[in-house]
Amino acid sequence: MILRELSEAVGVSGNEGDVRAVLLDAVREHVDDVRVDTMGNVLAFKHGTGRQRMRVMLAAHMDEVGLMVVGYDDDGFLRVRSVGGIDPRLLPGTLLQVGPEHTPGVIGVKPIHLLKKGEGEKVPKLEGLVVDIGAKSKDEARKLAPLGTYATFTTRFRELGPTVSGKAFDDRAGCAVLVELLRGERFRFDLHAAFTVQEEVGLRGARVAAYGIEPDCAFALEGTIADDIPKDKDVSPTTELGQGPAITVMDRSFIADRRLVNLLTSTAEELGIPYQIKQPGIGGTDAGAIHLAREGVPSVTVAVPCRYIHSPVALLRLDDFNNTVQLMRASLSRLTQRTLERGKD
Amino acid sequence: MRELIRKLVETYGPSGVEEQIRAVIRAEVEPLAGELRVDPLGSLVVHKQGSPSAGSGQAGEGQCIVLDAHMDEIGVMVTYVDEKGFARFTRIGGVSPLTCAGARVAFADGTVGVIGVEEKREDASKTPKFEQLYIDVGATSRDDCPVHVGDAAVFVRPFVCMERAQGTRLIAKAMDDRIACAVLIETLRRLEHTPHDVYFVFSVQEETTLSGARTSTYGINPDLAIAVDVTGTGDKPECRPMAVELGKGPAVKVQDSGMIAHPRVRDLLVQRAKEADIPYQLEVLERGTTNAAAMQLVRAGVPSGCLSIPCRYIHTPSEMVDEGDVQNSVQLLLEVLRTA
Repeated sequence: MILRELSEAVGVSGNEGDVRAVLLDAVREHVDDVRVDTMGNVLAFKHGTGRQRMRVMLAAHMDEVGLMVVGYDDDGFLRVRSVGGIDPRLLPGTLLQVGPEHTPGVIGVKPIHLLKKGEGEKVPKLEGLVVDIGAKSKDEARKLAPLGTYATFTTRFRELGPTVSGKAFDDRAGCAVLVELLRGERFRFDLHAAFTVQEEVGLRGARVAAYGIEPDCAFALEGTIADDIPKDKDVSPTTELGQGPAITVMDRSFIADRRLVNLLTSTAEELGIPYQIKQPGIGGTDAGAIHLAREGVPSVTVAVPCRYIHSPVALLRLDDFNNTVQLMRASLSRLTQRTLERGKD
Repeated sequence: MRELIRKLVETYGPSGVEEQIRAVIRAEVEPLAGELRVDPLGSLVVHKQGSPSAGSGQAGEGQCIVLDAHMDEIGVMVTYVDEKGFARFTRIGGVSPLTCAGARVAFADGTVGVIGVEEKREDASKTPKFEQLYIDVGATSRDDCPVHVGDAAVFVRPFVCMERAQGTRLIAKAMDDRIACAVLIETLRRLEHTPHDVYFVFSVQEETTLSGARTSTYGINPDLAIAVDVTGTGDKPECRPMAVELGKGPAVKVQDSGMIAHPRVRDLLVQRAKEADIPYQLEVLERGTTNAAAMQLVRAGVPSGCLSIPCRYIHTPSEMVDEGDVQNSVQLLLEVLRTA
């Protein structure tokens, strides 16, 4: 499946080239036009079959969180900062691939034998961590990984029965859903797909993509937080694995258009596709930038629930993935200009 | 105007769910408007075409002006319904947990809930966090709970009018910014002639992301924009110092934490107030901002300013304004619009 290739491709924000190449190959034959805009977004276009001209934007971001080399120690260790949100608790001892040659690296960690009392309970700060690429000196380190070199996790994609694991499911899961939608039949409206850059650092690619596309409405496709691991209090798991695609009503970046939310939920209910409403007020997606384009774009976000996003390895259910594709396809088949008509309230 | 204000403040309309309040405003402005439309995000845009002033016979002497008041209000949204039927929630806009305990909220369908506080907290003397609050709608289980994840509610408080010799005070939830919606409607009603092309924008989603005014302004592409909104006051016990008082007239914004008013717009408001002998105050707001912050950055930039109605207890269920300030705001806007 395309998710394997997308997950294993390297594409930290601002350096999405490898993911872009995978996607261009994956969609070229299935669309009427595809181009790369000035920011690096992949914009694919597929004519509609209807007589009405309606422009619908589907967006998924190509970039993933990662690290960037910002300095060196005399002994040849790299100093790094995060690109996008990474929890430093997850980093010590992690394998990395550094730079365009995928140079292997390890995030340095003190052996357990040498820990002083209490030291093991402290959470490391990113500023204190070093990346070890085996360099013997500062000069060698600088040569192997010049300032500004990107690094990311090395996790391979794996199948675990009904579940798959891998890195960067946020948002390669969304990219894979979008590829599946592009590979299918045409819709009535003109479909403008945007595989965007730099979402993790401020929704930057989507902003210009939406300005250029000038859509009538938009769907952001995501891999989102599932926090359904055991808890000691009866509170929201944000989303749960196995409960179907997660529809956003409101997050930190925008409020979803109720007409689009209703289109999705009514379609799901009629066709018996499971769905869940994502815990409101959490996270932000490209829809936060898209809905502000020009005179405003009614928008919604639909996501595949994923455990452990922004970490070296995430996990999703293939059922949820397939149901997301199915729900999107069915909902888009029903989407017309009437969906966006407002009565007199 | 009081009945209009009562109707506006008592209507449901949290950010993102503005259908009900839009319908109420639409019913008020439809008979007054030349052209009226709802734009893509849901803002209501009312256009009053400019006409050449008597005698001059010249068209096109006026400017294209946006007057904005946001129709959304702060509120809460259900994030989870637990096994016993209690709803956890998050805020829509700047709601403080301090004003939540014991408050009542109402959902779009009229369902009312009470906000409760977890009793087992580490330090009960501290303000609880949102995670420690819940809405009780009288359900007994998740299955019979009438509200669902994603449902939005607003605070419930009746409109009160306190008539005093020293001035009349109006109290309600959602004075922010329905009082400005009332000011805009009243201005439109009383505006017989203007040389300007005026767009009255009742915008959506101010309290969360300033989204409605930004996108509406893009569509209109005006020469000048004025946000009409509430602002804080410095006339309460032990409050942060601020040179704005209730009852001393509408406030002309100099700056707030999101924008610096365009000097031309600021001076225009001040000049018209002086000419017409309308009391006014200058305002510097240290915390908070308005739609003007978003409107001034649209396209190549829009000279923007803000006419503020002084208001105590903003973002609580009991926001208080002075009726004289409200009437003077209408008067000042009329003065601005009537002359070239």
